[in-house]
Amino acid sequence: MSMDAGADQLEIAGKRFTSRLLIGTGGYASFAEMQACHLASGAEIATVAVGRHDLKAQASDSVLKHIDRGRITLLPNTAGAYTAAEAVRLARLSREALGTEWVKLEVLGNPTTLWPDVAETLEACRILVREGFIVLPYTTDDLVVAKRLEDEGAAAVMPLGSMIGSGLGLLNPVTLGLIIQAAKVPVIVDAGVGQASDAALAMELGADGVLLNSAVALCQDPLSMAKAMGLAVRAGRLSFLSGRIAKKTYATPSSPGAGLKG
Amino acid sequence: MNIILNGKPHALAGAASVAQLLESLGLSAEMVAVEKNLEIVPKAERANALLKEGDQVEVLRFMGGGR
Repeated sequence: MSMDAGADQLEIAGKRFTSRLLIGTGGYASFAEMQACHLASGAEIATVAVGRHDLKAQASDSVLKHIDRGRITLLPNTAGAYTAAEAVRLARLSREALGTEWVKLEVLGNPTTLWPDVAETLEACRILVREGFIVLPYTTDDLVVAKRLEDEGAAAVMPLGSMIGSGLGLLNPVTLGLIIQAAKVPVIVDAGVGQASDAALAMELGADGVLLNSAVALCQDPLSMAKAMGLAVRAGRLSFLSGRIAKKTYATPSSPGAGLKG
Repeated sequence: MNIILNGKPHALAGAASVAQLLESLGLSAEMVAVEKNLEIVPKAERANALLKEGDQVEVLRFMGGGR
């Protein structure tokens, strides 16, 4: 069977997506640049944060006005939460204001590493699932935690490639691979992507998707990188589906060269 | 009448609903979430949610964020 990228879709909680790239909305020079990058990347899911309104700021503009909700599914996140209670509060606010049950659950435990607090994340996941949310939790690259989140009803698990905004790529492809092999829900590699090959590697490991933001928004040419990320995710997915050759420690000729000499 | 708006004292000219507060702040109602005394005020109830002296109101907006 030939693998056609068009027929291969990402499915989360019964909703289907053609693109396996999920994208952020932070750090762009302008909303116009963000919108152009979203389009160029082909991403169909974009994550937004909720926070206290700066009452002195320009009131009329909003990131929401620059996301084409006909093409892009909004994924509000709980960025800024350091406890389960804070995350649950932000999720409820987002649901009411945006009319979506989807939430990227993020509960951090440490401000310098932005490392997930998995105990609080599990607790928040449990509460939000019970309240009818479709929960996509950001988590560590820990197989047991990923399975526990799945058991709590997470719609997907989102292990980190490396620390948020670090651009260090996938520091532990082996443990990510363990999660991918064991998970019954989609696995989205979230955080740490620095360049297109990182996204391709995640997909070649068998991840169902990649979520990234800084790698595009903060690079020197965001529009080009957005295109590169879209292509890398597709290339990595096709490469994974194609079933790579086995690694060997000696050469194997691909041309029938035997017997021409002597 | 005074309320606490996003952690700071805020004076209102007279009786006002949450919807009227948002309007006075020039905020597009579709773009924000509102809590009054730590409880969410659903969009459909903002017009009827009257503010009282000392109410704590939080107005939250969506902003860029990701990884």
